Amino acid sequence: MRRILPLAAALLAAGMSVAWAAGAIDGAVDKQGINIPAISMFFLFVLGTLFITYRAAASSKSAADFYAAGGGITGFQNGLAIAGDYMSAASFLGISGLVFASGFDGLIYSIGFLVGWPIVLFLIAERLRNLGKFTFADVASFRLDQTRIRILSATGTLVVVAFYLIAQMVGAGKLIQLLFGLDYLYAVVIVGALMIVYVAFGGMKATTWVQIIKACLLLGGASFMAFMVMLHYGFSPEALFADAVRIHPKHDAIMAPGQMVADPVSAISLGLALMFGTAGLPHILMRFFTVSDAKAARKSVFYATGFIAYFYILTFIIGFGAITFLMSDPSFYAPSANGTINKITGLLGGTNMAAVHLANAVGGSFFLGFISAVAFATILAVVAGLTLSGASAVSHDLYAEVFARGRANEQQEVRLSKMAAVVIGIVAIVLGYVFENQNVAFMVGLAFAVAASCNFPVLLMSTMWQGCTTRGAFFGGFAGLISAVAMVILSKAVWVQTFGFKTAIFPYDNPAIFSMTIAFVGIWLISKLDASQRARNEVASYDAQFIRSETGIGAASAHIH
Amino acid sequence: MTSSETQRMNERILGNPKFRELVKTRSGFAWTLAAVMLAIYLGFIFLVAFAQPLMAMKIGAGVTSLGIVLGLVVIVSAFLLTGIYVHRANGRFDELTRELQKEIG
Repeated sequence: MRRILPLAAALLAAGMSVAWAAGAIDGAVDKQGINIPAISMFFLFVLGTLFITYRAAASSKSAADFYAAGGGITGFQNGLAIAGDYMSAASFLGISGLVFASGFDGLIYSIGFLVGWPIVLFLIAERLRNLGKFTFADVASFRLDQTRIRILSATGTLVVVAFYLIAQMVGAGKLIQLLFGLDYLYAVVIVGALMIVYVAFGGMKATTWVQIIKACLLLGGASFMAFMVMLHYGFSPEALFADAVRIHPKHDAIMAPGQMVADPVSAISLGLALMFGTAGLPHILMRFFTVSDAKAARKSVFYATGFIAYFYILTFIIGFGAITFLMSDPSFYAPSANGTINKITGLLGGTNMAAVHLANAVGGSFFLGFISAVAFATILAVVAGLTLSGASAVSHDLYAEVFARGRANEQQEVRLSKMAAVVIGIVAIVLGYVFENQNVAFMVGLAFAVAASCNFPVLLMSTMWQGCTTRGAFFGGFAGLISAVAMVILSKAVWVQTFGFKTAIFPYDNPAIFSMTIAFVGIWLISKLDASQRARNEVASYDAQFIRSETGIGAASAHIH
Repeated sequence: MTSSETQRMNERILGNPKFRELVKTRSGFAWTLAAVMLAIYLGFIFLVAFAQPLMAMKIGAGVTSLGIVLGLVVIVSAFLLTGIYVHRANGRFDELTRELQKEIG
């Protein structure tokens, strides 16, 4: 079998670019033999979720049902669903693969992905629930101009969704090829078709329950693997680490920071993108409208943070377990041309498969099938959430408020949302196919950078700063969006690795530290300079927004029945 | 409600001591916790970037490094900070909000 060029290993040499290893599965892969237990378990999952979708479709009547599951999700359920949205297959396989390849460095990612959550809780979650109805644009445009702010928010949403979705689709195709032995095209079509069905028929209710079920399966499977690893070492982390240091070709280096942080500006920029990007991801923000009130929104972040923290500790144990269980067993490796075995990159299917092979090592082929099915389910659930948030931006923000100027009725809006979900699904399939052999690793980074540089600043400034005006938010937000996209295009990941130019124009790997500054300064400066009558009215109407955002008095109840 | 009634209502809420206390204590608390989280995280990233030998230092006689321990501390502290906020918000802040709602009817 031809060796896969695993993303983590390929980019490790490129220093911080490896950041996005956790977000996508990349490089050419070879198809595996058809994996019957995995396919049957996945089939069961699909049947179960389709049944839920059918039930959800039958009970989804209003726009509130479609966009916000009728507001009937509890804090605990929403916490699981948020965690599910966040624990993508790429972060499960990517981070455990990164730990497998370089030990400590994997932990840096887990931490970056986690620490955005407390920020969401302290600054965003309750205000979002108090001010909004279905999308975060509801909140940003609360006292500002509906048309312009919704165009901005919808653009921010669609850009984030597009890049995130492409990365997920390509990763999904590759992963399914590897795990199930299906053709890339079939894999992408199956994922696309199922996500269309979940979203278009079941709306937020089905999407949420698919996410909850998958989160439970993933947490359960990962817990079992980590338990088996720790059992082997008598529950002593020191014993596990000592064995890993002995076996790993880098030995003691896996216990300390490696090449990943060669450049401090990129490291801090990446840190900011991860931390604040989380607070600007539209499919995550949308989840806060599925609960009844600010208190439930607050609880859901608490549970989500707990689940995600637990999950990242599990991936860390799984990565180290993979070192000790797999590296001493040649049957998990493909020898290179000269017959030697590279203990990192020589792993069958690449380092991203470390967790999957470990499943086989600790639980046999049945458990391997289970983990493969869970990985597939995970991809499905994440792309469904992304599709729903993209479709909502099209129908609720662009169509209902911008084109129909608020005159569209609920049925029309929901119908359009379903059509948008179908279109987004088809576009995702096509793009997934087109980008099969492209480097898509930078796209997750771009999605986080745009979320941190457009969605997050606009949301924060419009809710927290009285002086924020439409003109400021609109131009500042777009400046953040455009500068983030431009800097990523001019950086090494795209300019050199995709376009083939000799040197990168933008010298760092992540734009967030600059593009976030541009957005915040832009919003502040343009708002300050805005002397229009509209601006004065907007500043004056801050009081009403402030009262509602702080107390929830007058907040929209998503529950309509 | 007419717009002038709404205006009066808003002014009444804004001037209410309970509202002021709620906004002041909660936003102070939330920004403090956010700053703590940011400081912990950026502190960790700075150590990773500039103090690699320190992070590689062994804890005790085994192979476990300071970096691993600090990493886990960051993860646990993120969860603890959310817990602290939720605990305070469920208690004092919700109580103030309820009292305020009662007062303004």
